[in-house]
Amino acid sequence: MADPNPARTFNDPEDPIIAATVPDHYSPLLDVDPPAGENSRRPLKGFLVILSGLLLVGLLMALIGKSGPSVSQKTDLTLNAPAESTNISAQFLEPVSRGPSAGVSEKSFRLHSGVRAPFPWSNTMLSWQRTGYHFQPEKNWMNDPNGPMFYGGWYHFFYQYNPDAAVWGNIVWGHAVSKDLIEWLHLPLAMVADHWYDTNGVWTGSATLLSDGQVIMLYTGATNESVQVQNLAYPADLSDPLLVDWVKYPGNPVLVPPPGIDDRDFRDPTTAWYGPDGKWRIAIGSKVNKTGISLVYDTEDFKKYELIEGVLHAVPGTGMWECVDLFPVSLKEDNGLDTSFNGPGVKHVLKASLDDDKNDYYAIGTYSLESGNWTPDNPNLDVGIGLRYDYGKFYASKTFYDQNKQRRILWGWIGETDGESADIKKGWASVQSIPRTVVFDKKTGTNILQWPVEEIKSLRKSCKKFDKLEVGPGSVVTLELEKATQMDITAEFEIDKEALKRIGESDMEYSCSTSGGSAQRGELGPFGLLLLADEGRCEQTPVYFYVAKGTDGQLKTFFCTDESRSSLANDVDKRIFGSTVPVIKGEKLSMRILVDHSIIESFAQGGRTCITSRVYPTKAIYGAAHLYLFNNATSANITASIQTWAMKSAYIRPYSSHAF
Amino acid sequence: MISSVFLLCVVGLSLTQIQFSSADLVKQTCRQTPNYDLCVQTLRSDPRSSHADVAGLAMVMVDMIKAKSIATLHKIGELLGTAPDPKTKATLRRCAQLYDNAVLKADIPSAMEALKTGNPKFAEQGANDAANEADSCERAFSGASPISSFNRSVSDLSRVASAIIRLLL
Repeated sequence: MADPNPARTFNDPEDPIIAATVPDHYSPLLDVDPPAGENSRRPLKGFLVILSGLLLVGLLMALIGKSGPSVSQKTDLTLNAPAESTNISAQFLEPVSRGPSAGVSEKSFRLHSGVRAPFPWSNTMLSWQRTGYHFQPEKNWMNDPNGPMFYGGWYHFFYQYNPDAAVWGNIVWGHAVSKDLIEWLHLPLAMVADHWYDTNGVWTGSATLLSDGQVIMLYTGATNESVQVQNLAYPADLSDPLLVDWVKYPGNPVLVPPPGIDDRDFRDPTTAWYGPDGKWRIAIGSKVNKTGISLVYDTEDFKKYELIEGVLHAVPGTGMWECVDLFPVSLKEDNGLDTSFNGPGVKHVLKASLDDDKNDYYAIGTYSLESGNWTPDNPNLDVGIGLRYDYGKFYASKTFYDQNKQRRILWGWIGETDGESADIKKGWASVQSIPRTVVFDKKTGTNILQWPVEEIKSLRKSCKKFDKLEVGPGSVVTLELEKATQMDITAEFEIDKEALKRIGESDMEYSCSTSGGSAQRGELGPFGLLLLADEGRCEQTPVYFYVAKGTDGQLKTFFCTDESRSSLANDVDKRIFGSTVPVIKGEKLSMRILVDHSIIESFAQGGRTCITSRVYPTKAIYGAAHLYLFNNATSANITASIQTWAMKSAYIRPYSSHAF
Repeated sequence: MISSVFLLCVVGLSLTQIQFSSADLVKQTCRQTPNYDLCVQTLRSDPRSSHADVAGLAMVMVDMIKAKSIATLHKIGELLGTAPDPKTKATLRRCAQLYDNAVLKADIPSAMEALKTGNPKFAEQGANDAANEADSCERAFSGASPISSFNRSVSDLSRVASAIIRLLL
């Protein structure tokens, strides 16, 4: 189950820390005499009395409008774990206090960790951070994936891009093509901000492939007055498989914010699906007050639209829905489905990126063409309050139907979690996740499974196998001493049966983000792998399982990534991410990890729970990055079977210009 | 006589009430930043603040960071003109780079654009980074900084801006 939502505001009057430290910033009330009861014989005195009275009333009324206590600086809650010994023996790593409150609010963490002592990053350290096989442009800033599709024998990928700097701004559409979703050729910018209706940003959009071969691209433009509108664009030449040039429909914008919707709450049109009466339907995310919603429009030609009454779905308290996505999944088959597919044996996944907490949430449910509504299977796990695609750094994701191999493929934007000054220094920011296939999890019926596309295996080389390694409580095993910076790892774990029987109930509910990470020992965990660890393990990024018996007597498995000691630098985020992962009876605990310099993508139980992490070690880089297996449980013996592959770098380069 | 006086009072009061309401937003907003006095003083010095929403107040603050950063660059230029010792010279040059390349060319435009186009989440990092760059510059002088008040100013303003932007998220 997802970690409880962090508090949304840091100036929460309920928070004992805040309340106890509120300095009073009020200027004292003006000392004004209340109106005298008796009549005055002199009109001037009466006038003054009435005037003062009215002023007093006015002041009181004005001051009643105030709200909220002030916020003073909280003490810095940085984790300080003691350095570990270098020998491979029982390690008693002290659990670390996370502060008095039950959970460190993600927002408060960001508040006082937003401005931190800058680390003296060297060019060596910074250039190591660049990935070997994840998609990223040659330089500058990237964010949302846009309009992914398979056309003309190529996988097309577009993305939000700043051609001028390594920070967000001046957003245009970058473009790249691939034959296998792994090796990419950079093409010229597909669209720039050259019209009044997108001059303040050529923002996110999606592609729809029509059966007659047309390619429809709908995208959000930020107009010259910062109004969010939807625009239509299409390839200049459909016979060009690379779709280098794009044309914007002269009648743009095709959609403007409808009444009742704010100019700034109307963006990210979806791929269209076939609706009733031969019309197409698209969804656009928005909000009404704090309720996140998805509007739906009908269209026949993608130029004129009709707003459908009601909404596709709404969930109170979730805030603005960005990058809405609606797609069908098969309950029986392993292949993906075209976006328009519907019928028995199909459920629909509805997904939204929540602007408020920068996470992607999904829910499985039923979509009815007749009613135009989508209903969740489980309202307790509705969009925005239930499951997440990924419990780490992963946002603005978008799927597309790959008709080439009949797969539903997911792209996710993975931003940086280091300081912006480092991004400016290194000249780039953000990568994309390795594209993942998405299928319905038949075993649980409540999750989807995400898995790196098969084509990633083409980068594997030099396999190492470790079969049934026995790891006692409190030990570390060296797996890889050569540069473990580009790796594909699969691992299976078994906890000894005796320990499972022995385990007592815990009265405390474990949660990855509020725990002491890999240093907090339990009877049946944590155990897993230490990635990007230097020899002294001053820097390490554990990805691990933690099994505990909940307050209900049931065994629960948690899957976490612990960034708290990933780097000696203090100007990078160092959080502990994760969630519970459902484990079906008889299943071994399994994980797959893609390590690629400053990005680690982890998948548990075949992709039931995923965690993407950005880490910026200062020592555990190049040849000094090693891989270890660890078991920090107090009582359980773990048997681990592991396979590791070193990964070649992917060919991601500009398309040679003489072809044009 | 009393009724016309009364009318005058009501009208006068309504006007002051209007002023109180927008001053209220400034106060309300500044209360949620780490430096109330600086926040109020800065916002009040800009006429736009009297009819701005929170996003507008954030923009006023970011504009002030920009102004202070430009002033810092000018000061650095001035100091470089006085032929300082090599160490100070090198640090001043480094600071100029931070203020020019990072703060003025990247952080400020990014934050402004984000606030203008209704995408505040992209403004937060810019504001935080401006504070980081100012602190970085100050630290580089190892205690003998000739531009302490400038760095301090940019740093404090950036922290206030960051807190205001946080209110938009």
